[in-house]
Amino acid sequence: MNTLLNVRDLEVEFRTYAGVVRAVRQVSFDLNAGEVLAIVGESGCGKSVTAQSIMRLIPSPPGKITGGSILFNGEEILAKTETQMQKIRGNDISVIFQDSMTSLNPVLNVRTQITEILRLHKKMNQSQADARAIELLSMVGIPEPQTRLKSYPHELSGGMRQRVLIAMSLACDPKLLIADEPTTALDVTIQAQIIEVLKNIRQELNTAIILITHDLGVVAGLADRVMVMYAGNLVEQGTVDEVLCDPLHPYTWGLLRSLPRLNMGPEDKLKPIWGQPPDLLLELDRCPFLPRCEHAMAICAQDRPPAFNGKASHTVNCWLQHPMAPPTSRPQEVG
Amino acid sequence: MLEFVVRRLLSAILAIWVVITVTFFFMHAIPGGPFQRDKVLPPAIKENIEKRYKLDDPLLVQYKDYMLNLLKGDLGPSFKYRGQTVNGIIAARFPVSLQLGLVAFAFALLVGVSVGIVAALNQGKILDYLVMSFSTLGVAIPSFILGTLLMLVLSYKLGLLPPATWGTPLHIIMPAISLGALPTAYIARLTRSSMLDVLSQDYMKTAKAKGLPRRRIVWVHAIKNAIIPVLTYSGPLLAGIITGTFVVENIFAVPGLGKHFVTSIYNRDYTVILGTTVFYSMILIGLNMLVDIAYSQFDPRIKLSARKE
Repeated sequence: MNTLLNVRDLEVEFRTYAGVVRAVRQVSFDLNAGEVLAIVGESGCGKSVTAQSIMRLIPSPPGKITGGSILFNGEEILAKTETQMQKIRGNDISVIFQDSMTSLNPVLNVRTQITEILRLHKKMNQSQADARAIELLSMVGIPEPQTRLKSYPHELSGGMRQRVLIAMSLACDPKLLIADEPTTALDVTIQAQIIEVLKNIRQELNTAIILITHDLGVVAGLADRVMVMYAGNLVEQGTVDEVLCDPLHPYTWGLLRSLPRLNMGPEDKLKPIWGQPPDLLLELDRCPFLPRCEHAMAICAQDRPPAFNGKASHTVNCWLQHPMAPPTSRPQEVG
Repeated sequence: MLEFVVRRLLSAILAIWVVITVTFFFMHAIPGGPFQRDKVLPPAIKENIEKRYKLDDPLLVQYKDYMLNLLKGDLGPSFKYRGQTVNGIIAARFPVSLQLGLVAFAFALLVGVSVGIVAALNQGKILDYLVMSFSTLGVAIPSFILGTLLMLVLSYKLGLLPPATWGTPLHIIMPAISLGALPTAYIARLTRSSMLDVLSQDYMKTAKAKGLPRRRIVWVHAIKNAIIPVLTYSGPLLAGIITGTFVVENIFAVPGLGKHFVTSIYNRDYTVILGTTVFYSMILIGLNMLVDIAYSQFDPRIKLSARKE
């Protein structure tokens, strides 16, 4: 498989009145063509910022990509001009934002919002673009696409709007689709339908997807590989089986332990991860998870953990993986 | 749509009737009358005049007569200017006020909207501060000061424009600027804040993520949203500009209707007071209605319906 996206040591900062927030720190990962990579982690851990950096959509100021490299199809994204980026956005890389209620322009109809992408990137005329728009709308499961084309966003339900956003993002057959919490604002049945749509996309179009989510259930159903982020850092990455069934980082254990399980009795309680993530204004010269970790050791306070390889595809940034670390067994609820 | 227009027309007629009735009785409640001067007229002459203009009839009869004439489109004769009818005065004077008002309005809309957009796109930069400072000046300086200043600089010092009166397109420039300065400043501020609000919306990020060039993002995605509050304001504004020309007309000696609107009150020229009031309220109500209709063309979320939800 050929590598579509290659991110190395990505650093993103936001300059605020309180100081410089280092939202993404030394994040590296690869994505192959047609692969689905899930990025999970709690709010504010840098998932969305990482994904938006790939499209250079970080609002600047205050945001700034301060280091690293993003190679897309072998080309350096960070070296491109704004005009060159415009040719990539919506064409080679596209995005589905999380809030379907506010991500569509309220005064333009569905037709305009979809066909403008096709006319821009594919140089189609209006009737070609209309035909393609109808095709896209039926692909994402919108009934009566001809009629819906004339609709304005306020005439559609939340699920329908999310489908329109997905149709928009697929308009130019992108090589990479970034789905930024595509189901967060929707109710559960609609969530399931949207996940189904995303599954079909990857099966039929072989589009690589970066899926940002809180929902580990969605990860298990859709993703090939998972990246767990914590406080701007990558803490664990591997295939879905490796990360969900054989997790190695105490933070991943905590995430999995806080999920409800079917075999739980009425007396069993969910175990949340206590405490707060660290302040991203601060320089972190130790393990970011240290204050919340049950397995912390002396070394964890002294130096940041490097990436340890479990298997070739499974890396963990945790000192517990050091050959000299005492053997630790993961909590029995996990795995 | 048609149902909406019909309903709005009916309520407009009702509103105008209320305006006439209130004006009619209030006007007669003010002490004095059209033929009362410093010099007391001999009672016989006064009686004759009042008989001729039917001012000796009971008030309700006068009201009935006026309304009947109004239905025929006749606003009656002027009490002050012998031989002139109110219809004649409006027909002769209003086109001048309208012309001046329209030019001032176009100026305000054009300059206000574009300057507001430029300020919003350069938020926090020098251009933004410049626009905001000038718009503060525009709001703060009254039209008669600005008019006099313009006259002093452009006519007296530089000799570029005719200082007063009416006739050529050059005559329109200074009164139109004096009249339009305040609304220009207001529209600029309105456009700027509305534009800033729109630019921070999620759908602007969507537009950028589609790879649209900035030109299209601003012109199609942002302005169409940002212009809606300006549109709301422009109906009453246009009516206000057209009917509020009195001060400016006075400074530049423009033969418009505004002057009559005000002097008729001193003169107790009953028919002119009523006639101009009816006429102006029709303009105001009509323009508001037009804006409501235009609104639905700009904002698809607004569907005209006869009933309130």
